[in-house]
Amino acid sequence: MSEPVLSIRNLSVEIPTRHGVVKPVDGVSYDIGKGEILGVVGESGAGKSMAGNAVIGLLNQPAHISGGEIWLNGTRIDPLEGEAMRKLRGKDIGMIFQDPLTSLNPLLTVGDQLAETMQTHLPISRSDAMKRAVAALEEVGIPGAAERINSYPHEFSGGMRQRVVIALALCAEPSLVIADEPTTALDVSVQAQIISLLKRLCRERGTAVMLITHDMGVIAEAADRVAVMYAGRLAELGPVRNVLTKPNHPYTHGLMASTPLAAQGQRRLHQIPGAMPRLSLMPDGCAFHPRCPNAQEKCRHEPLPSIDGGRSACWFPILQEAAE
Amino acid sequence: MSAFVSVKHLTRIFDVSKPWLNRVIERRGKAFLTAVSDVDFEIEERTTYALVGESGSGKSTIGRMLVGLLKPTEGDVEIEGVNLAKESDVDRVAAVRSDIQMIFQDPFASLNPRWRVRDIIVEPVASKGGDTTGLAEKLLEQVGLHTSDAGKFPHEFSGGQRQRICIARALASEPRLIVCDEPTSALDVSVQAQVLNLMSDLKDDLGLTYLLITHDLTVVRHMADRIGVLYLGRLVEEAEPQSLFDDPKHPYTQMLLDAAPKMDGFGREIPPPQGEIPDPIDPPSGCAFHPRCPIAVDVCSKDRPELRKLGNRTVACHLAE
Repeated sequence: MSEPVLSIRNLSVEIPTRHGVVKPVDGVSYDIGKGEILGVVGESGAGKSMAGNAVIGLLNQPAHISGGEIWLNGTRIDPLEGEAMRKLRGKDIGMIFQDPLTSLNPLLTVGDQLAETMQTHLPISRSDAMKRAVAALEEVGIPGAAERINSYPHEFSGGMRQRVVIALALCAEPSLVIADEPTTALDVSVQAQIISLLKRLCRERGTAVMLITHDMGVIAEAADRVAVMYAGRLAELGPVRNVLTKPNHPYTHGLMASTPLAAQGQRRLHQIPGAMPRLSLMPDGCAFHPRCPNAQEKCRHEPLPSIDGGRSACWFPILQEAAE
Repeated sequence: MSAFVSVKHLTRIFDVSKPWLNRVIERRGKAFLTAVSDVDFEIEERTTYALVGESGSGKSTIGRMLVGLLKPTEGDVEIEGVNLAKESDVDRVAAVRSDIQMIFQDPFASLNPRWRVRDIIVEPVASKGGDTTGLAEKLLEQVGLHTSDAGKFPHEFSGGQRQRICIARALASEPRLIVCDEPTSALDVSVQAQVLNLMSDLKDDLGLTYLLITHDLTVVRHMADRIGVLYLGRLVEEAEPQSLFDDPKHPYTQMLLDAAPKMDGFGREIPPPQGEIPDPIDPPSGCAFHPRCPIAVDVCSKDRPELRKLGNRTVACHLAE
């Protein structure tokens, strides 16, 4: 494989609290290649958004990167701060958040916002920027882009707003886009439109995408590879088809089985007993062992095996033949 | 004997006019939003009826009218043969009222943070002066929590546990009908499975009837005995889950099912649905779905299709057959 666009190596995030230091992200490593969509799934509190925020340097104090490295296009970016990081955001990394209304400035027209972003990062004049803003809105499928360029965010519907946010994230032609639950606030039919738009634009431009979501269905349709996170650690990483249909990690297996879609015709849904441990009360050994059906003595004490090379971080993975 | 719950010609119109002075200055008339329009359905006892639709389809408004939080503008809701909005016999109304409970979407907003769990759970009984000794403990065990949790406050629980507390509270007055408005939308998948299983078990054990309001088609398919699909305040199709999912007749239902992400849809490339839900203040003429419908013909923009029977389902489309 050629040089990955984003490479995260052993990333850890720590938050000091009154009751000791908690680690919402603990030793996570993954790569995203050019034009690839990596799905990051996990339940709330799994650390999937925290890892994304660490990449673009948007961790809220007192959370901070406590270990590991982040490489973007061959440059190490985790030590960057302040102005250097600000230049990177928007230029090299685009960001799409869950709620399109709060990620747009309600006092500026969408044209102003697009033009401002482009002028900040690219050496172009105001009028050129406005022209490109219209083109950008057309590209994300906003009808009558030339007229709507002077509209304010509140004049758009939820789905149209999310299209504006996508145009904004892509307008400086970044090499990486981080999409954090981009369709969670949208209706099913609009969600399908946004996912297909995101897929098309990224394929055309060769943009790498980190797609953070809790929705397995969205991952199945959009992602090339998928990283499953549990309690701040990577549980499983692999091509989407393999991970979803032949999961190796007992957590992935339980998660897939508990979706109502998988239970067609069954009276009861599969249940994973218990709940995700609190960050302050993380069990020794594998964080999943108290809920795991296959847990053995080794799981309770020994630190997890590294995921490197293999697919899942588990001492006793469910061995299944890989799908082609 | 009519059905347990019977909804007839239910309509709810909201006045969304601007203030009087603005209307005069801007020379605008009053504006009305028809959230629910002429909806009919029946729920048999001990079954789960599901209402699905996207935002703005009026599904929550129907739920609120069923429990009496909103009054219908037109039409009737009869539960156990009693019309709650029109019945004059206070005792009969009170008797039916205590048979209905509701579970809301957000378990963080629907529990009073200053009350202990015990007080929250027994409130439906205590407010009527009933005996609450040991009630909270019994219900907590029934929903899979520990009896010692009764003395705690809501913030000490996770989202899934709070939803269990909401269910325990709903069960306190021994209701026969529970209206569940997006009960698992705020929960993670594995927690959602736990709550859905609990709801199924309680339904079997206590003989409950559910009205399940949700946008999640996978949940509907798993839980419902009968499904009503809403679009812009109107029922467009009503059928049993098997026939609805295998062979949807209304183009909107077809679009909704196609658009829902599939677990085995790896790299699926389908043309995404066109357009968005229109403005309910100024809905399209004729069939409200016609501007987005792939098979619309002339008549669709002129005449509104009525619900008609088609085998064991009803569908509101001129072209469905």
